[in-house]
Amino acid sequence: MKHVRQFCMILLFSFIGEFFRMVIPLPVPASVYGLVLLLAALLTGIVKLDQVEGAADFLIEIMPVMFIPAAVGLLNAWDVLRPVVVPVVVVTVVTTVLVMGVTGQVTQRVIRWERKRKEGK
Amino acid sequence: MKDFLTNSVFFGAVISLVAYEIGTLLKKKFKLAIFNPLLIAVICVMAVLILFHIDYDTYNEGGQYISYLLTPATVSLAVPLYRQIELLKNNIKAVAAGILSGVLASMVGVYILARAFHLNSQLYVTLLPKSITTAIGMGVSEELGGVVTITVAVIVITGVLGNVISDLVCKLFRLEEPVAKGLALGTAAHAIGTAKAMELGEIEGAMSSLAIAVAGLLTVVTSSVFASLM
Repeated sequence: MKHVRQFCMILLFSFIGEFFRMVIPLPVPASVYGLVLLLAALLTGIVKLDQVEGAADFLIEIMPVMFIPAAVGLLNAWDVLRPVVVPVVVVTVVTTVLVMGVTGQVTQRVIRWERKRKEGK
Repeated sequence: MKDFLTNSVFFGAVISLVAYEIGTLLKKKFKLAIFNPLLIAVICVMAVLILFHIDYDTYNEGGQYISYLLTPATVSLAVPLYRQIELLKNNIKAVAAGILSGVLASMVGVYILARAFHLNSQLYVTLLPKSITTAIGMGVSEELGGVVTITVAVIVITGVLGNVISDLVCKLFRLEEPVAKGLALGTAAHAIGTAKAMELGEIEGAMSSLAIAVAGLLTVVTSSVFASLM
Protein backbone atom coordinates (compact mmCIF):
# COMPACT_ATOMS: atom_id res chain seq x y z
CA MET A 1 0.00 0.00 0.00
CA LYS A 2 2.91 2.31 0.76
CA HIS A 3 3.96 2.51 -2.87
CA VAL A 4 0.39 3.13 -3.99
CA ARG A 5 0.16 6.07 -1.61
CA GLN A 6 3.51 7.42 -2.80
CA PHE A 7 2.46 7.09 -6.45
CA CYS A 8 -0.80 8.81 -5.62
CA MET A 9 1.06 11.71 -4.00
CA ILE A 10 3.20 12.14 -7.12
CA LEU A 11 0.10 12.05 -9.33
CA LEU A 12 -1.50 14.64 -7.06
CA PHE A 13 1.44 17.00 -7.66
CA SER A 14 1.26 16.30 -11.41
CA PHE A 15 -2.42 17.24 -11.23
CA ILE A 16 -1.69 20.46 -9.30
CA GLY A 17 0.98 21.18 -11.92
CA GLU A 18 -1.68 20.81 -14.65
CA PHE A 19 -3.85 23.27 -12.79
CA PHE A 20 -1.02 25.84 -12.66
CA ARG A 21 -0.38 25.24 -16.36
CA MET A 22 -3.99 26.08 -17.09
CA VAL A 23 -4.10 29.23 -14.95
CA ILE A 24 -0.68 30.78 -15.72
CA PRO A 25 -0.27 31.93 -19.34
CA LEU A 26 3.39 30.86 -19.78
CA PRO A 27 4.78 28.04 -21.96
CA VAL A 28 5.77 26.07 -18.86
CA PRO A 29 4.70 22.41 -18.70
CA ALA A 30 2.72 20.90 -15.83
CA SER A 31 5.72 18.70 -14.98
CA VAL A 32 7.99 21.67 -14.20
CA TYR A 33 5.36 23.29 -11.96
CA GLY A 34 4.87 19.92 -10.26
CA LEU A 35 8.62 19.50 -9.73
CA VAL A 36 9.02 22.96 -8.18
CA LEU A 37 5.91 22.55 -5.99
CA LEU A 38 6.93 19.10 -4.74
CA LEU A 39 10.40 20.42 -3.91
CA ALA A 40 8.84 23.34 -2.02
CA ALA A 41 6.52 20.94 -0.17
CA LEU A 42 9.49 18.74 0.82
CA LEU A 43 11.56 21.74 1.95
CA THR A 44 8.75 23.15 4.08
CA GLY A 45 7.93 19.74 5.54
CA ILE A 46 4.37 19.65 4.17
CA VAL A 47 5.33 16.40 2.42
CA LYS A 48 7.75 14.01 4.11
CA LEU A 49 10.42 12.24 2.07
CA ASP A 50 9.05 8.76 2.86
CA GLN A 51 5.66 9.79 1.47
CA VAL A 52 7.09 9.96 -2.07
CA GLU A 53 10.55 8.36 -2.06
CA GLY A 54 10.12 4.74 -3.25
CA ALA A 55 7.71 5.45 -6.09
CA ALA A 56 9.74 8.50 -7.17
CA ASP A 57 12.96 6.48 -7.38
CA PHE A 58 11.17 3.80 -9.40
CA LEU A 59 9.73 6.33 -11.88
CA ILE A 60 13.14 7.98 -12.30
CA GLU A 61 14.81 4.64 -12.88
CA ILE A 62 12.49 3.72 -15.75
CA MET A 63 12.48 7.26 -17.17
CA PRO A 64 14.63 6.59 -20.29
CA VAL A 65 11.98 4.14 -21.56
CA MET A 66 9.37 6.91 -21.51
CA PHE A 67 11.17 8.83 -24.25
CA ILE A 68 10.94 5.98 -26.78
CA PRO A 69 7.46 6.84 -28.16
CA ALA A 70 8.37 10.53 -28.63
CA ALA A 71 11.66 9.68 -30.34
CA VAL A 72 9.96 7.11 -32.62
CA GLY A 73 7.59 9.96 -33.54
CA LEU A 74 10.49 11.43 -35.52
CA LEU A 75 9.35 9.05 -38.28
CA ASN A 76 6.36 11.34 -38.82
CA ALA A 77 8.48 14.51 -38.79
CA TRP A 78 10.76 13.27 -41.56
CA ASP A 79 8.82 14.92 -44.41
CA VAL A 80 9.03 18.34 -42.73
CA LEU A 81 12.64 17.84 -41.74
CA ARG A 82 14.03 16.57 -45.05
CA PRO A 83 14.47 19.93 -46.87
CA VAL A 84 16.44 21.44 -43.97
CA VAL A 85 18.13 18.33 -42.63
CA VAL A 86 21.78 19.33 -43.19
CA PRO A 87 21.81 22.70 -41.37
CA VAL A 88 19.52 21.32 -38.66
CA VAL A 89 21.81 18.37 -37.94
CA VAL A 90 24.93 20.56 -37.93
CA VAL A 91 23.32 23.12 -35.58
CA THR A 92 22.11 20.32 -33.29
CA VAL A 93 25.44 18.51 -33.03
CA VAL A 94 27.62 21.62 -32.67
CA THR A 95 25.45 23.42 -30.11
CA THR A 96 24.87 20.28 -28.01
CA VAL A 97 28.63 19.76 -27.63
CA LEU A 98 29.12 23.52 -27.11
CA VAL A 99 26.46 23.85 -24.39
CA MET A 100 27.69 20.77 -22.54
CA GLY A 101 31.29 21.98 -22.66
CA VAL A 102 30.54 25.56 -21.65
CA THR A 103 28.12 24.67 -18.82
CA GLY A 104 30.44 22.00 -17.43
CA GLN A 105 33.62 24.06 -17.68
CA VAL A 106 32.13 27.22 -16.16
CA THR A 107 30.60 25.24 -13.27
CA GLN A 108 33.80 23.30 -12.64
CA ARG A 109 36.00 26.42 -12.71
CA VAL A 110 33.78 28.28 -10.23
CA ILE A 111 33.62 25.24 -7.90
CA ARG A 112 37.39 24.82 -7.91
CA TRP A 113 38.03 28.55 -7.59
CA GLU A 114 35.75 28.74 -4.53
CA ARG A 115 37.30 25.62 -3.02
CA LYS A 116 40.76 27.15 -3.37
CA ARG A 117 39.61 30.41 -1.84
CA LYS A 118 38.13 28.57 1.16
CA GLU A 119 41.29 26.53 1.64
CA GLY A 120 43.37 29.72 1.49
CA LYS A 121 41.46 31.24 4.38
CA MET B 1 -2.39 -9.55 -38.37
CA LYS B 2 -2.36 -5.84 -39.05
CA ASP B 3 -5.95 -5.52 -37.86
CA PHE B 4 -4.99 -7.28 -34.71
CA LEU B 5 -2.06 -4.90 -34.09
CA THR B 6 -4.24 -1.87 -34.81
CA ASN B 7 -6.61 -2.99 -32.10
CA SER B 8 -3.95 -4.05 -29.64
CA VAL B 9 -3.44 -1.76 -26.65
CA PHE B 10 -0.29 -3.48 -25.46
CA PHE B 11 1.68 -3.84 -28.71
CA GLY B 12 3.30 -0.39 -28.52
CA ALA B 13 4.27 -0.73 -24.87
CA VAL B 14 5.60 -4.29 -25.23
CA ILE B 15 7.71 -3.57 -28.30
CA SER B 16 9.19 -0.44 -26.61
CA LEU B 17 10.17 -2.34 -23.48
CA VAL B 18 11.57 -5.32 -25.40
CA ALA B 19 13.58 -2.97 -27.62
CA TYR B 20 14.97 -1.21 -24.54
CA GLU B 21 15.90 -4.57 -23.05
CA ILE B 22 17.80 -5.43 -26.25
CA GLY B 23 19.59 -2.09 -25.95
CA THR B 24 20.54 -2.79 -22.33
CA LEU B 25 21.89 -6.25 -23.23
CA LEU B 26 23.98 -4.85 -26.11
CA LYS B 27 25.32 -2.13 -23.83
CA LYS B 28 26.35 -4.72 -21.24
CA LYS B 29 28.01 -6.87 -23.87
CA PHE B 30 29.92 -4.19 -25.79
CA LYS B 31 30.30 -1.34 -23.27
CA LEU B 32 30.45 1.29 -26.03
CA ALA B 33 28.71 4.68 -25.84
CA ILE B 34 27.07 4.11 -29.23
CA PHE B 35 25.21 1.09 -27.79
CA ASN B 36 23.05 3.46 -25.83
CA PRO B 37 19.90 1.55 -24.74
CA LEU B 38 17.60 4.44 -25.65
CA LEU B 39 19.14 4.91 -29.08
CA ILE B 40 19.07 1.17 -29.82
CA ALA B 41 15.47 0.93 -28.63
CA VAL B 42 14.36 3.82 -30.87
CA ILE B 43 16.13 2.34 -33.91
CA CYS B 44 14.66 -1.14 -33.25
CA VAL B 45 11.10 0.16 -32.89
CA MET B 46 11.48 2.34 -36.02
CA ALA B 47 12.81 -0.65 -37.96
CA VAL B 48 9.87 -2.84 -36.92
CA LEU B 49 7.34 -0.15 -37.83
CA ILE B 50 8.91 0.40 -41.26
CA LEU B 51 9.43 -3.30 -42.05
CA PHE B 52 5.88 -4.31 -41.14
CA HIS B 53 4.25 -1.12 -42.49
CA ILE B 54 2.76 -0.27 -39.12
CA ASP B 55 1.98 3.41 -38.80
CA TYR B 56 3.02 5.50 -35.84
CA ASP B 57 -0.50 6.03 -34.53
CA THR B 58 -1.00 2.26 -34.28
CA TYR B 59 2.22 1.94 -32.32
CA ASN B 60 1.38 4.94 -30.15
CA GLU B 61 -1.93 3.35 -29.18
CA GLY B 62 0.12 1.44 -26.61
CA GLY B 63 3.14 3.73 -26.57
CA GLN B 64 1.14 6.64 -25.18
CA TYR B 65 0.76 4.82 -21.86
CA ILE B 66 4.52 4.89 -21.47
CA SER B 67 4.62 8.60 -22.31
CA TYR B 68 1.80 9.11 -19.81
CA LEU B 69 4.29 8.49 -16.99
CA LEU B 70 6.62 11.25 -18.16
CA THR B 71 4.97 14.03 -16.16
CA PRO B 72 4.92 12.10 -12.85
CA ALA B 73 8.54 11.02 -13.50
CA THR B 74 9.61 14.63 -14.03
CA VAL B 75 7.76 15.67 -10.88
CA SER B 76 9.65 12.88 -9.06
CA LEU B 77 12.96 14.59 -9.91
CA ALA B 78 12.17 16.86 -6.93
CA VAL B 79 13.16 13.93 -4.66
CA PRO B 80 16.87 13.62 -5.60
CA LEU B 81 17.01 17.41 -5.78
CA TYR B 82 15.69 17.60 -2.21
CA ARG B 83 18.24 15.02 -1.03
CA GLN B 84 21.04 17.12 -2.55
CA ILE B 85 19.75 20.50 -1.40
CA GLU B 86 22.76 21.17 0.86
CA LEU B 87 25.10 20.55 -2.04
CA LEU B 88 23.07 22.98 -4.11
CA LYS B 89 23.21 25.66 -1.41
CA ASN B 90 26.98 25.25 -1.06
CA ASN B 91 27.54 25.57 -4.80
CA ILE B 92 24.87 28.09 -5.66
CA LYS B 93 27.23 30.50 -7.45
CA ALA B 94 28.78 27.79 -9.60
CA VAL B 95 25.34 26.37 -10.43
CA ALA B 96 23.91 29.75 -11.41
CA ALA B 97 26.96 30.70 -13.49
CA GLY B 98 27.03 27.29 -15.21
CA ILE B 99 23.38 27.18 -16.25
CA LEU B 100 23.27 30.83 -17.35
CA SER B 101 26.39 30.51 -19.48
CA GLY B 102 25.05 27.29 -21.00
CA VAL B 103 21.75 28.89 -21.97
CA LEU B 104 23.54 31.87 -23.54
CA ALA B 105 26.01 29.55 -25.33
CA SER B 106 23.09 27.63 -26.83
CA MET B 107 21.44 30.70 -28.27
CA VAL B 108 24.65 32.41 -29.41
CA GLY B 109 25.65 29.12 -31.05
CA VAL B 110 22.34 28.81 -32.89
CA TYR B 111 22.56 32.47 -33.96
CA ILE B 112 26.08 32.19 -35.40
CA LEU B 113 25.34 28.93 -37.22
CA ALA B 114 22.03 30.27 -38.55
CA ARG B 115 23.95 33.25 -40.00
CA ALA B 116 26.61 30.95 -41.43
CA PHE B 117 23.99 28.76 -43.16
CA HIS B 118 21.89 31.80 -44.23
CA LEU B 119 18.84 30.26 -42.55
CA ASN B 120 15.64 32.27 -42.75
CA SER B 121 14.41 33.84 -39.53
CA GLN B 122 11.58 31.33 -39.13
CA LEU B 123 13.98 28.39 -39.07
CA TYR B 124 16.28 30.35 -36.75
CA VAL B 125 13.58 30.86 -34.09
CA THR B 126 12.49 27.24 -34.60
CA LEU B 127 15.97 26.11 -33.53
CA LEU B 128 16.44 28.59 -30.64
CA PRO B 129 14.74 26.47 -27.93
CA LYS B 130 16.46 23.23 -29.03
CA SER B 131 18.22 22.48 -25.73
CA ILE B 132 15.26 22.78 -23.37
CA THR B 133 12.55 20.35 -22.36
CA THR B 134 9.93 19.60 -25.05
CA ALA B 135 6.88 21.21 -23.45
CA ILE B 136 8.64 24.53 -22.77
CA GLY B 137 10.42 24.43 -26.13
CA MET B 138 7.14 23.95 -28.03
CA GLY B 139 5.67 26.97 -26.28
CA VAL B 140 8.70 29.15 -27.00
CA SER B 141 8.80 28.11 -30.66
CA GLU B 142 5.11 28.81 -31.11
CA GLU B 143 5.39 32.20 -29.43
CA LEU B 144 8.30 33.24 -31.66
CA GLY B 145 6.56 32.06 -34.82
CA GLY B 146 8.65 28.93 -35.41
CA VAL B 147 7.68 25.55 -36.90
CA VAL B 148 6.69 23.55 -33.82
CA THR B 149 7.02 20.12 -35.49
CA ILE B 150 10.67 20.79 -36.34
CA THR B 151 11.33 22.21 -32.88
CA VAL B 152 10.03 19.03 -31.26
CA ALA B 153 12.07 16.85 -33.62
CA VAL B 154 15.24 18.83 -32.93
CA ILE B 155 14.66 18.77 -29.16
CA VAL B 156 14.30 14.99 -29.22
CA ILE B 157 17.40 14.56 -31.42
CA THR B 158 19.35 16.88 -29.11
CA GLY B 159 18.29 14.86 -26.07
CA VAL B 160 19.19 11.47 -27.52
CA LEU B 161 22.47 12.86 -28.91
CA GLY B 162 23.38 14.42 -25.55
CA ASN B 163 22.57 11.15 -23.80
CA VAL B 164 24.82 9.21 -26.21
CA ILE B 165 27.82 11.56 -26.43
CA SER B 166 28.00 12.80 -22.82
CA ASP B 167 30.79 10.41 -21.73
CA LEU B 168 32.91 11.52 -24.66
CA VAL B 169 32.20 15.24 -24.10
CA CYS B 170 33.00 14.97 -20.38
CA LYS B 171 36.36 13.44 -21.26
CA LEU B 172 37.01 16.00 -23.99
CA PHE B 173 36.37 18.96 -21.67
CA ARG B 174 37.93 17.20 -18.66
CA LEU B 175 34.74 17.43 -16.62
CA GLU B 176 35.28 15.58 -13.35
CA GLU B 177 33.08 17.35 -10.79
CA PRO B 178 29.74 15.52 -10.49
CA VAL B 179 27.93 18.86 -10.15
CA ALA B 180 29.48 20.11 -13.41
CA LYS B 181 28.63 16.90 -15.29
CA GLY B 182 25.02 16.96 -14.09
CA LEU B 183 24.45 20.59 -15.02
CA ALA B 184 26.10 20.06 -18.41
CA LEU B 185 23.74 17.18 -19.21
CA GLY B 186 20.60 18.92 -18.01
CA THR B 187 21.34 22.26 -19.67
CA ALA B 188 22.37 20.74 -23.01
CA ALA B 189 20.01 17.77 -23.25
CA HIS B 190 17.06 18.41 -20.86
CA ALA B 191 15.16 15.39 -19.50
CA ILE B 192 16.70 12.81 -21.86
CA GLY B 193 20.13 13.98 -20.69
CA THR B 194 18.91 13.78 -17.11
CA ALA B 195 18.00 10.13 -17.58
CA LYS B 196 21.68 9.59 -18.42
CA ALA B 197 22.83 11.79 -15.50
CA MET B 198 20.78 9.60 -13.13
CA GLU B 199 22.79 6.60 -14.32
CA LEU B 200 26.03 8.44 -13.50
CA GLY B 201 24.97 9.12 -9.93
CA GLU B 202 22.53 10.83 -7.58
CA ILE B 203 24.43 14.16 -7.55
CA GLU B 204 24.64 14.29 -11.34
CA GLY B 205 20.94 13.41 -11.58
CA ALA B 206 19.84 16.01 -9.05
CA MET B 207 21.84 18.79 -10.71
CA SER B 208 20.61 17.79 -14.13
CA SER B 209 16.99 17.93 -12.92
CA LEU B 210 17.59 21.40 -11.58
CA ALA B 211 19.06 22.47 -14.91
CA ILE B 212 15.93 21.33 -16.81
CA ALA B 213 13.74 23.74 -14.87
CA VAL B 214 16.17 26.66 -14.63
CA ALA B 215 17.48 26.48 -18.22
CA GLY B 216 13.91 26.12 -19.50
CA LEU B 217 12.70 29.21 -17.66
CA LEU B 218 15.81 31.25 -18.58
CA THR B 219 15.21 30.37 -22.23
CA VAL B 220 11.60 31.58 -22.00
CA VAL B 221 12.90 34.93 -20.73
CA THR B 222 15.89 35.43 -23.05
CA SER B 223 14.76 33.83 -26.33
CA SER B 224 12.65 36.80 -27.42
CA VAL B 225 15.75 39.03 -27.22
CA PHE B 226 17.70 36.60 -29.41
CA ALA B 227 14.76 36.19 -31.78
CA SER B 228 14.80 39.94 -32.50
CA LEU B 229 18.42 39.72 -33.72
CA MET B 230 17.38 38.15 -37.02
